[in-house]
Amino acid sequence: MNRLLPFIGFMLLVALFGFGIWWNSRHDPNAIPTPLLNKPAPAFVLPKLYEPTQTVSKADLLGKPYLLNVFASWCVECGAEHPMLEAEGPTLGVQLVGYNYKDAPADAKRWLAEHGDPYNLLIADEPGNTAIDFGVYGAPESFLIDGKGVIRYKHIGPLTPDVVASELKPAIAALQQETP
Amino acid sequence: MTPELGQLALILALLLALAQGILPMLGAWRGNRALMAVARPAAAGQAVFVALAFGILVWAFVHFDFSVQYVADNSNLALPWYYRIAAVWGAHEGSLLLWIFILNVWTVALAAFSQKLPEVFAARVLAVMGLIAVGFLAFIIFTSNPFGRLLPMPGDGADLNPVLQDPGMTFHPPVLYTGYVGFSVAFAFSIAALLGGGLEQAWVRWARPWTNIAWAFLTLGIVAGSWWAYAELGWGGWWFWDPVENASFMPWLVGAALIHAQAITEKRGGLRAWTILLSIFAFSLSLLGTFLVRSGVLTSVHAFASDPRRGIFILIFLTIVVGGSLLLYALRAPKVASGKPFKLVSRESALLIGNLMFAVAAAMVLLGTLFPLIGDALNLGRISVGPPYFGFLFPLLMLPVVLLLPFGPFLRWGKGDASALKQVLLRAGIAAAACAIVAVFFVDGQLKAIAGVAAAVWIIAGVLLYAYKRWREMPRGRRYPAEMAGMLLAHLGVGVFVAGVLLSESLSVTSDVRMAPGQTEHIGGYDFRFDGVHRASGANWRADQGVITVTRDGRQLTVMHPQKRTYLRGQVQTESAVDAGIFRDLYVALGEPMDANKVEDAWSLRLYYKPFIRWIWGGGLLMMLGGFVCAADKRFRIKRAATEVVTAESLQVQETHA
Repeated sequence: MNRLLPFIGFMLLVALFGFGIWWNSRHDPNAIPTPLLNKPAPAFVLPKLYEPTQTVSKADLLGKPYLLNVFASWCVECGAEHPMLEAEGPTLGVQLVGYNYKDAPADAKRWLAEHGDPYNLLIADEPGNTAIDFGVYGAPESFLIDGKGVIRYKHIGPLTPDVVASELKPAIAALQQETP
Repeated sequence: MTPELGQLALILALLLALAQGILPMLGAWRGNRALMAVARPAAAGQAVFVALAFGILVWAFVHFDFSVQYVADNSNLALPWYYRIAAVWGAHEGSLLLWIFILNVWTVALAAFSQKLPEVFAARVLAVMGLIAVGFLAFIIFTSNPFGRLLPMPGDGADLNPVLQDPGMTFHPPVLYTGYVGFSVAFAFSIAALLGGGLEQAWVRWARPWTNIAWAFLTLGIVAGSWWAYAELGWGGWWFWDPVENASFMPWLVGAALIHAQAITEKRGGLRAWTILLSIFAFSLSLLGTFLVRSGVLTSVHAFASDPRRGIFILIFLTIVVGGSLLLYALRAPKVASGKPFKLVSRESALLIGNLMFAVAAAMVLLGTLFPLIGDALNLGRISVGPPYFGFLFPLLMLPVVLLLPFGPFLRWGKGDASALKQVLLRAGIAAAACAIVAVFFVDGQLKAIAGVAAAVWIIAGVLLYAYKRWREMPRGRRYPAEMAGMLLAHLGVGVFVAGVLLSESLSVTSDVRMAPGQTEHIGGYDFRFDGVHRASGANWRADQGVITVTRDGRQLTVMHPQKRTYLRGQVQTESAVDAGIFRDLYVALGEPMDANKVEDAWSLRLYYKPFIRWIWGGGLLMMLGGFVCAADKRFRIKRAATEVVTAESLQVQETHA
């Protein structure tokens, strides 16, 4: 019996690991609970990508919900996400705001010229300081912000058709029901 | 075309591994010598194909073949050639290929040097190695193909994770894996022994250098990793109890226990079951390390994107390998207590206590590492266990080891002499106490530092006393055989390590400061003058580089250049500047500019004065050296192969009588 103990102990470990895999398959391990969810988005003032002399602030965007999409030309995953934004962007029913993150403006413009520009508005955060306020830790990331400036939904990583259908669209639908 | 050849080579290697794993096993069972003879050629063939696959991946990196997805994901045109080669093991698929490549190196060495082992036993050992290879090759081929194509081929690739673009990181994984995989030899020996029905003392003697070498490599790998974390992460720490660090530390602890247990089994015949169990554990923990890092069960800084299919595959593999061996152990482990008897005061007792402490420490680390998972399982919410848990329990568990270490060599096998112990206690104790008292005046009464001095002197004095005893009592030429010299070096390393840890942790001075150009900060007796920031660039990065001039009593010592690098793909990486010294390191990390638009102006900086920190790695390197020196002992080579061929039956008779 004594000699079975290591085996039994190990089987308990296996059960734990099996549970871990199951848990991870149901809960996205990257779903870092964002403390900003359902809180007002941080205030920001950022230049427009195409007219750097003009700035956009949080207050300018109040009134209508919008999807803030963090992207960069250096980000490989953004390239994977982009065709989806091109196709689905106009059907979402909210403004699409491109948030160009830690990018040289010239690179960003070239990248947009190449891949297409689905955004209604483009702002640039070259030093990446405002992104820290948003808790961005990589690109791509997307924030759904309602008309009152509150973050209602956040997604880390590329928006896949799956995520758009099962998470983003329901979140937008919920918003639109609130403000008829 | 060539990448497909790589894949084909892997498939052929898998087939050969199947042959190597199954046929000799059948042969050993049925007494068929032809089947047993398959083991060596199959192992050699498998190694050729794995080496071919590995070479093809290296070639793809060197020649920028971005049509291979893995190459495109982990390198680009600007990446220097040495980092392109290191990029081979920079992510999941390639690191597995490295794993299997190293397993093949070990297997080939085993096949070459095991000619004198009994045929049946060698066949079983090689077959076990083959079965391990089957698991890993299948894992690579079915879930983690490094040769997958990316079409259309991009003009340039992404980048090797900049965190890995450091000399320490280029050789850390291969060395670490050599250690991990090396435990497979002791494992294969144990499984073969369990299948055959007994563990012959001579085989343990033969297995010992393999364990020592594996452990020494693992030590070097951990030291390199720790050094890298210190130099690269910019926090000035050398160990973080991160799950991935723990994953390499657990097999190290069990490996240290195994080295000592094997010594008992080889010299006295005792503890056979324990030695077998430890060798199963050491390798299982190596596999577990791979599982934890690669399955995404634990999220950690190292565990990047993971795929649940991989997790399930590794879990099944782990269940078969570890569960199977533990079941085999339960059924076949030597039932009768064997070996020569020993008294309470004896070398066996001392080694056993050490063994127990190492095993418990490994279990403690395992528990702490898995705690977040247990928290999820019991629905306790997100829990993480950090340095407070490990930092409290680990020193507590190692305290008996430190206290007993000087006595170990003085104790005789079987029955020790208490009066010799009193002498050691007196001499080493007085030395430790005297140095601790002197230290009080140098360290401002810091208890941890005083304890560090006392513990280190205690260990080192014990080692030197024993070295002196050998010098006096043994004839010239027989004083320090390699095995003995290795032991002394490794134990000396423990003393140096303990001093490094406690002194650097208690006496370090850290300062987070805002510095304008021209401003001076005074830390640990040194003056750090910030001379501003300028631009610098390398092959694939540009950086803000700070200039810090260090003076002491008005005399200029050095100029340090900490950097904040931005790599080609936008990733930012701090590159700390370290001025190394035997007794102290000066360490500067560049933070952020106070005003992002005026980088030439004030910056936030982190300045450290870290006394004795180098002793931590120095101690580790001494331990490693000890492992290698020990393995070189001539005694471990098989000399009288013919007379030592003992069948399983006679061994069991011997065990019942013992």
